[in-house]
Amino acid sequence: MSFTEFLLQYWPRLLSGTGITVAQFLLAAVLGIAISLVMGLMKLSENRLMRGTAITYIEFFRGTSLLVQLYWIFFVLPLFGITVEKFTAGYLAVGMNIGAYGAELVRGGILSVPKGQWEAALALNMSPAQRMRRIILPQALVNMLPPWGNLMIELLKGTALVSLISVTDLMFEARQINNTTFLSAQIFGTALIIYYILARFMVTPFMRWLERHMSRKMGRS
Amino acid sequence: MLEWRWEFVWEVLPRLIEATGNTLLAAGGGYAIAVVLGLVLALAQRTPYRGLTFVVREFVEFIRSTPLLLQIFFIFFVGPQFGIRLSPWTSGMIAIGLHYACYLSEVYRGGIDSVARGQWEAATALNMTAFQTYRRVIIPQAIPPAISGLGNYLVGIFKDTPMLSVIGVTELIHTANAIGSEHYRFFEPYTLVGLIFLAISLPAAGLIRLFEGYVRRKMGL
Repeated sequence: MSFTEFLLQYWPRLLSGTGITVAQFLLAAVLGIAISLVMGLMKLSENRLMRGTAITYIEFFRGTSLLVQLYWIFFVLPLFGITVEKFTAGYLAVGMNIGAYGAELVRGGILSVPKGQWEAALALNMSPAQRMRRIILPQALVNMLPPWGNLMIELLKGTALVSLISVTDLMFEARQINNTTFLSAQIFGTALIIYYILARFMVTPFMRWLERHMSRKMGRS
Repeated sequence: MLEWRWEFVWEVLPRLIEATGNTLLAAGGGYAIAVVLGLVLALAQRTPYRGLTFVVREFVEFIRSTPLLLQIFFIFFVGPQFGIRLSPWTSGMIAIGLHYACYLSEVYRGGIDSVARGQWEAATALNMTAFQTYRRVIIPQAIPPAISGLGNYLVGIFKDTPMLSVIGVTELIHTANAIGSEHYRFFEPYTLVGLIFLAISLPAAGLIRLFEGYVRRKMGL
């Protein structure tokens, strides 16, 4: 079978797999960003309980591997009566994992905002919530966007693991097609290229655009 | 409600500890390849041959943007298609070593870039060959600032070894899967695996920080 014939025969499955991968990526990204923000702020909190919770969360998710977390959520949680559907378990695990790494970026970003900005907000009699939302976070966001670009690539790569709990993403389809055709070089090669295109020509340019857009908005370009 | 059974824990713990040895071996083997190959990839990007530099640069980008899981499958299944049979261990080591070599090449690159220009000029003035310059002047100074990066990826490689279970390397997750399906109990094995990962990666991260401080002091930084 020539490569063209191969593509003609299997493109619908590759396409649907890519769709699931993109869906997993987007859902995990939303969850991961939300967790990063909450945990990053909690780690900077004065309250010991909040800080302790955040540190435990971050160290736990960064200290174990994503695959272990994924299996735990999918195979162990149901034993406690919490059944999570495989699609949900997939983005939950990936998002929670990335959230722990993102929390450190959020913390670093907030700490990088000069002290004068905090004092100025205080002088203007802003409440802590106002200060964070209107003064600190926007500047922190601009500072931390470059490492977020890398983290988003890690997130995309992380979604490949959900295939191991039978979510029918690109990785899963590639394995299935390989099992029936044994055309390993063709199928895995094509899947590699699709992931590469997603990462290099979609995620990275979007993050670059966001960086430029945000720094223009802040008048820093 | 599910209960934690200690007698089951004691029964399976020896097998998990044995598998921990394999996990560490896989991480160490992969890291050994990555440390050497990463330096080669970093240096290849500094040669005056434009073509070579371009190819290596794109290769590193490609590997870094695609999932390790897919690369493991690619190496394991594509070899036999062309008559090259690789054992799960060999292909696993190659995949993980290659993947992390690309990350480490960036770490080395950062380290080499941080060496002051005057050092290069001094080496030229002393009539050193390119090889001598790298070996005796540049690389010894490029390593200390790279240590935290090198160490983080050592922990990273350790946390990525569970992916090798998919091609049958008997590391921790593979063993936990086997125990789980023999006894129909997944709670204890997966939880223990998580704890083992925590028990190794958290102290390792601490040790790396200590080592970094030690090397910096030794170098008089």
